[in-house]
Amino acid sequence: MAEQVFKIPDSIKKNAKFSYCPGCDHGVATRLVAEVIDELGIREKTILAASVGCSVTLYDFLEIDSLEAPHGRAMAEATGIKRACPDKFVFTYQGDGDFASIGLAESMHAALRGENISAICINNTTYGMTGGQLGPTTIMGQKTTTSPTGRNREYYGYPIKIAEHIALCDGTAYSARVSLDTVANIRKAKQAIKKAFEVQLKGLGFGFVEILSTCPTNWKMTPDKAHERVRNEMMPVFKLGVYKDITAEG
Amino acid sequence: MSYITIDRDKCKACYLCVNECPKKLIKISKTKNSLGNNIVEFCDEKGECLGCAMCAMRCPDLAIEEVYKG
Repeated sequence: MAEQVFKIPDSIKKNAKFSYCPGCDHGVATRLVAEVIDELGIREKTILAASVGCSVTLYDFLEIDSLEAPHGRAMAEATGIKRACPDKFVFTYQGDGDFASIGLAESMHAALRGENISAICINNTTYGMTGGQLGPTTIMGQKTTTSPTGRNREYYGYPIKIAEHIALCDGTAYSARVSLDTVANIRKAKQAIKKAFEVQLKGLGFGFVEILSTCPTNWKMTPDKAHERVRNEMMPVFKLGVYKDITAEG
Repeated sequence: MSYITIDRDKCKACYLCVNECPKKLIKISKTKNSLGNNIVEFCDEKGECLGCAMCAMRCPDLAIEEVYKG
């Protein structure tokens, strides 16, 4: 008799249909989050601070309690939820624009305060939902609708390396950067998400995972070519790895 | 015998699964779904599916709903 080796996670709503563009890695990241919530058995006590961006309707996909935050303020909202309900598991799921541009102050200070919350940041080097504008993680030379000749130092400055910056904050318990370009990396991404969630459950502080993701629509690439771009253009700039893990330090 | 199940109405025709399958058992169909996309279909007449679930891990839309390994 055949054994079931894959199923849709219980934390995904029945008959949910993702609103992401075809081939977008957001769907994979959303599934990984749901799988980790299932495996940790925390669905009943989990509260999502939903962000603004391509994942704005995440509460339509996940079978958990959620609150929508204004653009960039998910981390501030998550702080409030966690402080009011310290027994709940609280996390945010944000894009790079929401987390590291509009919400940079909220994000950085949550890490500096060592808020006992977890954050997932999807880095696709652009503002996806609004049409592919230059974002805080747009890499040098990348053409976007607001940098038609490519990002340059003189006019736009440099991209932010989020996982490294968050790792420098004393309140951070875990900070890692992962990718979804291959199945092997998808498995590693799931382990990193689990770790970022576990540090909160252990009360150790801020848990963070930056996920390198594709935006085939705004990059004007096929989904397969978009994964090649992640490998060839993004990874040399945004190096994968664990930048801080206080559970591994002796 | 290993096999997968596909929810045809979730398929957005990104075809990532077509290239991911190590046995090339997922093909682009001429059939369109409710979204107007040419969906993928599982063609395994020789029983070659490994049940590795790489297609399901890759699918961004949970269209590949179940994988059985046997």
